[in-house]
Amino acid sequence: MTNHWKDIKNADVVLVMGANPAENHPCGFKWALEARDERGAQIVTVDPRYTRTSAVADRHLQIRPGSDIAMLGGFIRKILDEDLHHEEYVRLHTNASFIVQEGFGFDNGLFSGFDAATSAYDKTSWDYERGSDGYVRRDMTLEHPRCVFQILRNHYARYTPETVAQIAGCSAEDFSRVADIICSTGTADRVGTIMYAVGWTMHTVGSQIIRTAAIMQLLLGNIGRPGGGINALRGHANVQGATDHAIVAGILPGYLRVPAPHQESLSAHLADSTPEPLVPDTVNYWGNYPKFFVSQMKAWFGDTVGPENDFGYHYLAKPADDSTWLSMWDQAFKGRLKGIIALGFNALLAGPDVPRLLEAMKNLEWQVIIDPFMLDSAEFWRAPGVNPEEVATEVLYMPATHWIERAGSFTNSGRWAQWKEKAIDPPGDVRSDTWILSELAWRVKELYQEEGGAYHEPILNLQWNYLNPREPTLEELAREINGYDLTTGRLLPSFAGLRDDGTTSSGNWLYSGSFTEEGNMMARRGTADPSGMGFHHDWGFSWPVNRRVLYNRASADGDGQPWDSTRPGIRWTGREWIGDVPDYGRTTPPDQAGAFIMTEEGVARLFTTYLNDGPIPEHYEPVESPSPNILHDDVAVNPAIHWYDGVREALADRADYPYACTIYRVVEREHFVTSNVARLVELMPDFFVEVPHGLAAEKGIENGERVRVWSARGEVEGVAIVTKRIKPLTVNGETCWTIGIPVHWGFKGITHGSMANNLTPFVGDANTSCPEFKAFLVNLERA
Amino acid sequence: MPQLPGSSLAVKRISASPDPAPSIRTAGPEFAKLIDISRCIGCKGCEVACKEWNELKIEPTRNFGSFQSHQDLSADTWLLMRFTEIEVDGDLQWLIKKDACMHCEEPGCLYACPAPGAIVQYENGIVDFNPDKCIGCQLCISGCPFDVPRFSAETHKVYKCNMCVDRVEVGLEPACVKTCPTNAITWGTKDDMVALAEQKVDRLKDRGFENATLYDPAGVGGTHMMYVVPHGDRLVDYDLPEDPTAAPGALAALAGLKQLGMGVMGLGLLGTALHYLKYGPEVADEEASDPASPEPGSGPDAENT
Repeated sequence: MTNHWKDIKNADVVLVMGANPAENHPCGFKWALEARDERGAQIVTVDPRYTRTSAVADRHLQIRPGSDIAMLGGFIRKILDEDLHHEEYVRLHTNASFIVQEGFGFDNGLFSGFDAATSAYDKTSWDYERGSDGYVRRDMTLEHPRCVFQILRNHYARYTPETVAQIAGCSAEDFSRVADIICSTGTADRVGTIMYAVGWTMHTVGSQIIRTAAIMQLLLGNIGRPGGGINALRGHANVQGATDHAIVAGILPGYLRVPAPHQESLSAHLADSTPEPLVPDTVNYWGNYPKFFVSQMKAWFGDTVGPENDFGYHYLAKPADDSTWLSMWDQAFKGRLKGIIALGFNALLAGPDVPRLLEAMKNLEWQVIIDPFMLDSAEFWRAPGVNPEEVATEVLYMPATHWIERAGSFTNSGRWAQWKEKAIDPPGDVRSDTWILSELAWRVKELYQEEGGAYHEPILNLQWNYLNPREPTLEELAREINGYDLTTGRLLPSFAGLRDDGTTSSGNWLYSGSFTEEGNMMARRGTADPSGMGFHHDWGFSWPVNRRVLYNRASADGDGQPWDSTRPGIRWTGREWIGDVPDYGRTTPPDQAGAFIMTEEGVARLFTTYLNDGPIPEHYEPVESPSPNILHDDVAVNPAIHWYDGVREALADRADYPYACTIYRVVEREHFVTSNVARLVELMPDFFVEVPHGLAAEKGIENGERVRVWSARGEVEGVAIVTKRIKPLTVNGETCWTIGIPVHWGFKGITHGSMANNLTPFVGDANTSCPEFKAFLVNLERA
Repeated sequence: MPQLPGSSLAVKRISASPDPAPSIRTAGPEFAKLIDISRCIGCKGCEVACKEWNELKIEPTRNFGSFQSHQDLSADTWLLMRFTEIEVDGDLQWLIKKDACMHCEEPGCLYACPAPGAIVQYENGIVDFNPDKCIGCQLCISGCPFDVPRFSAETHKVYKCNMCVDRVEVGLEPACVKTCPTNAITWGTKDDMVALAEQKVDRLKDRGFENATLYDPAGVGGTHMMYVVPHGDRLVDYDLPEDPTAAPGALAALAGLKQLGMGVMGLGLLGTALHYLKYGPEVADEEASDPASPEPGSGPDAENT
């Protein structure tokens, strides 16, 4: 989240799209209801299904799975066409005025620079035009034909209500009724927020859907303001913390970069990773990258690294291939992966294309599963359709503590790290993750010590200095993450003190300030809220530096005064900024630098070279779609996605698989773990299939009967919930039905049921590789 | 929520018994639970909280083509979220309603109960069943205008929500209120809850729900579980009776007698009369003489589902 849970109460419009917070985030969702009931805010849901969130929303718009960019692009067109944007904000706080060099273009579904042979873009032509001073040229009138503002206007001119309606399957009138609400916040006295989740990320255009939303929010002047922002709702209690600490491939903790093979020295890595300012008036905070990186190396390798050995840079792997979920299992599928250690996830149920995943798992020599529960993954050899005699994989199961059985921190969606206490003791001889991982580390270290081995330095030099090095406490780890001034041995008060000369350490610069000499900031429980804005600076710790709303400098105008004095983020008093912890120097005058201190532009990017599949978002169809791409069917799907061997050829034909399908969770369950919780199983016992009322009538399916659903990968079978909450859509002139499937079932636990991911395709987003769980094709019949 | 006082559980009415003398009653406040249907997301957290607190058994459920967990209330399920799809002016609405005992001010169950002390109404408004004194006759089920109490074939007693009377007694809110993540359920004095409900109804009207209303039906003297209903003109779709009364038909007349001073005699007569009318004298006699073991399946539960 750019903002945080409680801040949603400050909104005038709450767009819920790609999320179902009443279902998946019921506690946080109360703040949307608070905005509705206390401020008169309007809640709008845009979703393939009428959900439990829709049940309490003011308006619901049903769209086809995978039509999000078309819908959001339609909002952008309306904003630009009808001048509904927040003009002063856009001029001041975005790169609307930046001029893009000649040669950039977009034609028939492709941006300039596409190489069909590699399915990749050469992004040179997407760059800005530079002046003689080396900085980007700007046109503050926003009229230059190559300025970003005009590029946007031209690009989205095609997204008329009629076109959007044809793609999404709604009527142009329904689109406009919702668009009128969504586009109403481009003024100083109104603010709109967006709540989204994996309904956006889990597409082959996932990153670009979120970009489209960000562009819309920037045009409306909603980023950085209380009650605004673009808010990712995370799916587990600590998934934000896990992300911050690099659970995803391609980053190191704190969103630092994994070294690349061509970066043969520390200086080469730092040069590639440290941006140069593009305008004279930018803070360009990522310019501090070397301090964050070197301090992280010091946290990991301690005194064994220094300037003389590039701070241990050579200890790090520099992978040529990505190790995203899909690539990892593709390697296993091809027999190139020997074993896997799995902590905290149920791989078999969590990934797409279970039949393929089962083949991949069979190819492993061994699997180690570390979890509180005996997972489906741990017994994949007993999965339906698998003959145990044909599986040679050795599976080792280690029962580990559940989070309720240990202390530690959770970082919630709103970036609040909150310390929790242990509630109960673990049963029997169950060990903590820290014990298990420490033992693993020590036993590998000891093996190297005893037997030697090629390039043992990274292993032997890895620091494990804890009071009990066989099981460090979570407080010790939190201090290490916070970081130290190594010259004094004192905990750092914030990342402002980090150095790139080896005199400071920090496991994750974003969490610097979370555990200081004053104590564990994450354990704070002060409820004071003097501004009434819901910042609660004395409660827990919000990264970075306890800031509650990111980019909050943009909540104020050029003079540093809040756009809306009744909802101030920060305010310039003439000497300093007050309010939230400023996203700006506390005493830096408002005209000194751009509001967006993390960008080399100093402003927010409506147009960017950072993504792989285009500088501005374009609608592409899901890889399996019930409709051609009516904008450019020659380039129907995202041209920059990676195709794993054999996947493209096996995609479904829409003649044989006529129905759009999407998968999701229900509130009674939490992913797969609650299959072990009897009282929750009682609430939602069985796997089911949501079938639209009209389609059920067509197929002779009665409510409560069993149905079979199959895709080009596999099939599921369960009870039909026949519902009017999913209406027929008219997509490009043809009737389109949508089927809904929940994800929570497997063959372990109290209740068993079909695995939803039997159906989903093995393909992912062009930037993150996040699988396209949310839109694919199926067929359906009575079982 | 402000800290509530503990409730003394002074008794207002007891089944098949004279009302306690006013001299031993106290003047504590009446409490009420207010359910704002427009804030309810149907998460069923209240269902779990109810079962946990009251140590109710887990029932083997099956999906029957609904998001609803159980088909119906039962002796082990005192609270049930019901899900109904309707159309209002062409727009779909998914009605999600928490179904449980209404705790009527004029409790039809208590009036119908022939077993002394099996049903008690406290001055705070809670209507509580006492299984120790329940004879399993199921007249309370007939007497309830909301079809809430449920007979257990296992224990031969009737059960329903007791508003977590043991929590309320010590100043806590009922478990369902405590657990509700969206503050759709609030708890307080009846006066405060009615005032809050009126604000909520006004807000709903501002949002375009012109038929929004407070459901606190006068026919049962008002209830201690009340609803803010967005579509007040569609009560039947929420499974809420339009005009429930504590004492339909003959019961009403006898209840009237009670008000006139016939007291418990009238009620006792009523119980016997009703029983006689419905099942004849043998059953009534048998139940009266052997309260511990009525015949399984002899009750009228099937007619009341």
